[in-house]
Amino acid sequence: MSALVKSSLARKWVMALSGLFLVVFLTQHFVINITSVIAPDTFNEWSHFMGYNGLVQFVAQPILIAGVIIHFVMGFVLDYQNRKARPVKYAKFSGNANSTWVSRNMIISGAVVLAFLGLHMYDFWVHEMAYKYVENKPEDPTRYLPELKEKFVDGWRVAIYVVSFVLLSLHLWHGFNSSFQSIGVKSVKKGDSLRKVTYAWAVLIPAGFVFIALFHYFNHIS
Amino acid sequence: MAVLDSKVPKGPLAEKWNTHKNTINLVNPANKRNIDVIVVGTGLAGSSAAATLGELGYNVKTFCYNDSPRRAHSIAAQGGINASKNYQGDGDSNFRLFYDTIKGGDYRSREANVHRLAEVSSNIIDQCVAQGVPFAREYGGLLDNRSFGGVLVSRTFYAAGQTGQQLLLGAYSSLNRQINRGKVQPFNRHEMLDLVVVDGKARGIIARNLVTGEIERHGAHAVVIASGGYGNVFFLSTNAMGSNVMAAWRTHRRGAYFANPCYTQIHPTCIPVSGEHQSKLTLMSESLRNDGRIWVPKKLEDAEAIRAGKKRGVDLPEEDRDYYLERRYPAFGNLVPRDVASRAAKERCDAGYGVNKTGNAVYLDFAASFLRYGKVEALTHGHKNATEEEMIALGKKVIEKKYGNLFDMYRNITDENPYEVPMKIFPAVHYTMGGLWVDYNLQTTIPGCFAAGEANFSDHGANRLGASALMQGLADGYFVLPYTIGDYLSNEIRTGEISTDTPEFDQAEQDTRDRIDRLMKASGKHSVDYYHKKLGLIMWNKCGMSRNATDLQKAMDEIKELREDFWANVRVTGNPNTKNQELEKAGRVADFLELGELFAKDALTRNESCGGHFREEYQTEDGEALRDDENFAFVSAWEYNENPRDAKLHKEELVFENVELKTRSYK
Amino acid sequence: MKLNLKIWRQEGPEAKGKMVDYPLDGVDGDMSFLEMMDILNEKLINEGETPVEFDHDCREGICGSCNMMINGEPHGPQKLTTTCQLHMRKFKDGDTITVEPWRAKAFPVIKDLIVDRSAFDRIQQAGGYISVNTSGNTQDANSIPIEKSKADEAFWSATCIGCGACVAACKNASAMLFTSAKISQFALLPQGEVEATDRVRNMVRQMDEEGFGNCTNTGACMVECPKGIKLDNIARMNREYLKAETVA
Repeated sequence: MSALVKSSLARKWVMALSGLFLVVFLTQHFVINITSVIAPDTFNEWSHFMGYNGLVQFVAQPILIAGVIIHFVMGFVLDYQNRKARPVKYAKFSGNANSTWVSRNMIISGAVVLAFLGLHMYDFWVHEMAYKYVENKPEDPTRYLPELKEKFVDGWRVAIYVVSFVLLSLHLWHGFNSSFQSIGVKSVKKGDSLRKVTYAWAVLIPAGFVFIALFHYFNHIS
Repeated sequence: MAVLDSKVPKGPLAEKWNTHKNTINLVNPANKRNIDVIVVGTGLAGSSAAATLGELGYNVKTFCYNDSPRRAHSIAAQGGINASKNYQGDGDSNFRLFYDTIKGGDYRSREANVHRLAEVSSNIIDQCVAQGVPFAREYGGLLDNRSFGGVLVSRTFYAAGQTGQQLLLGAYSSLNRQINRGKVQPFNRHEMLDLVVVDGKARGIIARNLVTGEIERHGAHAVVIASGGYGNVFFLSTNAMGSNVMAAWRTHRRGAYFANPCYTQIHPTCIPVSGEHQSKLTLMSESLRNDGRIWVPKKLEDAEAIRAGKKRGVDLPEEDRDYYLERRYPAFGNLVPRDVASRAAKERCDAGYGVNKTGNAVYLDFAASFLRYGKVEALTHGHKNATEEEMIALGKKVIEKKYGNLFDMYRNITDENPYEVPMKIFPAVHYTMGGLWVDYNLQTTIPGCFAAGEANFSDHGANRLGASALMQGLADGYFVLPYTIGDYLSNEIRTGEISTDTPEFDQAEQDTRDRIDRLMKASGKHSVDYYHKKLGLIMWNKCGMSRNATDLQKAMDEIKELREDFWANVRVTGNPNTKNQELEKAGRVADFLELGELFAKDALTRNESCGGHFREEYQTEDGEALRDDENFAFVSAWEYNENPRDAKLHKEELVFENVELKTRSYK
Repeated sequence: MKLNLKIWRQEGPEAKGKMVDYPLDGVDGDMSFLEMMDILNEKLINEGETPVEFDHDCREGICGSCNMMINGEPHGPQKLTTTCQLHMRKFKDGDTITVEPWRAKAFPVIKDLIVDRSAFDRIQQAGGYISVNTSGNTQDANSIPIEKSKADEAFWSATCIGCGACVAACKNASAMLFTSAKISQFALLPQGEVEATDRVRNMVRQMDEEGFGNCTNTGACMVECPKGIKLDNIARMNREYLKAETVA
C-alpha cells in the first residue's frame, strides 16, 4: 500500500482502475434506471432486490463506497501534488493549443460530480438508510418508482441533475478513454475503435440519465 | 627530450596494435581506485572514454559546458558510422577501410593510427548494439548498411539521419551507468579555463562553474582533452554555437603542440547564409548530390537579375545554365569529393554568378531527377503515355521518399519549396582535421595530457571521409585511450592523491582570474560577437576554401590587429560571479583570435595543396590540387608562442610503408 | 517587422524575476527565433544593459538545449519544431510575443530563460542504460536479429532530445513522456529485457523524487514534443511498471 502513495505510476493505476470500476457501476445504475421509463414493474422489482439483497448491501455497497472515496480522494491528492509541481505559474499558457479543456480540468468536473453525489446520497441513500435502519419501516416492493418520480417534481432539482450529468459526461469523455492509456492498453489513439466506444459511452450514458430525469419531470407536468 | 616521437610500435602494420596492447604496462585494479582522471568534453570521445575509464576502476571527473553531456555536438552528426564488418560480403576488410581513409586524407595521416582505427571499427558496432543503440535494420532483423562518398563498399551503419544522436546517447547511457555507480563525477555547466602542469606533467585543470562563476581547482593523475574541433573560428560553421577551442588551446599554451591547424573540411551542401543576422549554418546531407544537378546562370546579367529578384532561376532556359561541375569534371560530375565541389562553387560565386541576395549560393536542381524517376515509375506501372507533368508528379513522389525529411527541413528554414524551385546551397565549414598533436598512445607533448576525438589531429590527414568522424571519436574513447593511458598511469601508482594546494595551481588560478579581470575591464566599445564575426570574415575570405600567400600574410596581420583591438575594446556585460554568457563567449573568442593567426601561419607554411588545404599557387593547369610529397609529407606541429606568427614548427615525418602515394583525379 | 517582446528576466536562482517589455525593430522573417534574440541582445549590450540569457547550442534542432515558452507554448506555435528552428515569418508585424522559461518545481530557474534540467540526467542515471561493460568484448552485432518494426519503434522512442518541452507543456509538469521514451526504447529491444524490472522501478522512483507532477493523460506533451515522441511510450511504461511491481 505504501507504493500507492509513493509512486506516481501506482497512483495512476489506482485512479484508472477505480474509475473503470465506477464506469461499470454507472452502467449498471443506468440499466436499472431506464426500466423506470420502459418497464416500471421491473424497476420496482430490481430496486427492491438491490435494496434488500445481503450480498449487494453488505459486500457490493461498501466496495462501491470505497471505490468512490478512493477515486475522489486520490483525485484531490493528485491535483494538489500537480499544483505543487509548478509553483510559479506561466504568465501566458496556451493549453488549448495542445489539449482539451476537459482533460485539463478533471478536478472541476469531478468536484461538480462530487457535489451532485452529495445531494444524490442525501436524496436516496440517506433516505434508504433511514427507512430501513432508523425508522425500521417494513419492506414495500412498490415504493421505489413513486419515490423516484417524486424527486423529479422540482424544476430546480431537475436542472441541477441535468447540469451535473453534462459535467459527468465531460469528465467521462476524458476519463474513460484515459484510463485505458493509464493501464497501458496499446491503442488509444485518435480514430481507434476503443476511443470511439469510450466517447460514445461518455455521451450516451449521461444523456440517458438526463432523458430519464426529463421524462419523469415532463410526465409529471403534463 | 625527443619531441615528436610518435611511438609507433615496430612490426608489420596489421600486428602493431595487438603487439602494443600485449606489451604496454597495465595498472592493477586495486591501484586504479587510487588514480584520478579528468575528461574534458563529453561528446562521443569524451563520454565513451570517461565511461570506460570509470568501468576499469579509475576515478573520473567529466567536464562539459552544456547542461548535460547529452548535448555535445556529436549529437548533430547525420549520416552514419563506418566499420569494416563486411556484413554485405562486398569485399570490405580492415585493410580496405585503412586504405580508403589514408587515401581520402590525401596521404597526410599516420599509417599505424589509421590501421588501428580500422581494426577497432568492428568492435564499435558490437559495443553499440549491446548498449541498445537502435541502428537501422533489414527485414531479416540484421543490421543494414548504406554506402557513402569516396569508397567502393557498403560499410556505413546508420540510424535514419540521426546516427550521431543515437551513438552519443549510447555513450551517454554508459556514462550514466558509471555516474550511478559513483565512478564518474559529472561537472556539467563547467568550462576548463587552464591546464595545470606540475614538474612537466599534467596534474589537473582550472575550471569555471558557469552557474556560480566560481573558479575551481581539480587535480588528477591525467587529463584527457576531448573538447571537439575549432570550426567556429570561422564564426559561421555547422558547429554548435558553443563549440570552442578553449580547452585545447589552453593545453597548447601550457606546452602541447598543435598540429595541422589549417586542415579544415568545408562541406559543399549547406543552406546558404540568408543575411547579416545569420548565426550558424545547417548541413544538408551529401547524399542529395546523387540526384541533384548543380548549376549557376551562364550569363552575368541573368545572375544579377536573379539576385535582384527580377528573374527566377527556375524560369531560366536550359541553354542559359552552366552545370559547371559536369562541365569541369565530366567523369565524376556532381559527385566529385567535398573539397573539389566546394571550391568550384566558390569560384563561380566569386566570378559573380551567385544566385541569392548575398551572391553566395548555387542551385542544386532536382528537376531532371523528377522527370527521370517519373518516367521509370510511369513505365513500371504500365502507364505508357504519361504526359511530362504526370511523370514529374510521379518523380516528385520518388524523391520525397528518398529525401523527404531534408526537403522539409530546407523548406522550414528557407521558406522555399524545393519541389517547385531548385534548392540553393553553399559550402560551409564543417570539421577540423587539425588539433592537438598526439603520439600513438594519444598522448600530447605534455606527459599525462591526452587528446581524443576531433580535438586531436589524429587520423584523417588533410581531409576526412564521410561517416569517419563518429568512428574515430568512439574508437579513441572506448578502445584506444583506456588501454594506452594505462601505460602512463602505471608509473603513477605511487604518486598518491594530487594536491591542488601547490604553487602551480595557485599560479594557474591567478592567471585565470587575471584574464577574466582583463576581459571584464576592457573599455567596452564592441560586443564579443562583433569581434567573432569580424574574425570569421577574415578567416573565410583569406583562409577558407582556397588560400594564397598574400592573403594569408594579410590575414595574420589583420587577426593580430583585431586581437589587440579586442583586448582593448571588447565589452563584456554583467558580473563574473554569476552565470554570464558574454564572459563565456569572450574567453572563447579570445582563444580563437590566437588560433586564427596560427591557422593562417600553418597554411602559409604548407606550400602545397592537399585535401581541405588548397593553395592557389599550387595547382595544375586546369585548377586541380597539386600535392608535394617530396617536401610536405609531414605533420606540422606548432609549439606555442605568444605571437602565434612566431610559433616554432616541429615536423613529424610521415612514413608510408604500406600504401603507394597517388594523385587523385576526377576528370 | 516590429515586435513587442515580453521576456522573463531573473538575475539569479534566488532573485525575484519579472516580465520586461522590449520593443524590437528590424526583425526579418528569415531569422530564426534565436537569431531574433541575438539581435535583441546585441542591442541591449550596445545600450549598456545585460543581455537576456538563454540556453542554446546546435541550432539545428537536435541537441535539445533551447527551451523557451513562447506565447504559452513550449518552442512556440509551430509543431514538431524546436525554438531554434522556429522562424520569425511565423509572426506578424506588431505582434506581442511572451517569452518565459520552462516552469516546474523540478526545473528551477538559474537565470532569465535558463533552467536547471539536471533532473533529467538523474532520471537517466537511475537506470537509462544497459549494463554491458565497454570493453568491446561483446558478441557480434548480428548475433541477435531484431524485428525491423521493433527496432524502428525503439529508434523513434530514442529520438527524444531531452529538451523538457513535455514537462513545460504539461499542466502538471509531469516528466512521464521523457522517462517513458527511454524505458520504451529498451523495453522494445531484447538487450534491454534483462534489466527491465529494475530499470522501470528505479527510473520512476527517481522521476518522482525530482518533484515532477503526475500524468493525467492530457496528451499535451506529445502535441508539443518537437520530435513527436508518442503517448504510446507512456502506456508502455505503465505496463512495464505493473509487470515489475506484480512479478516481484
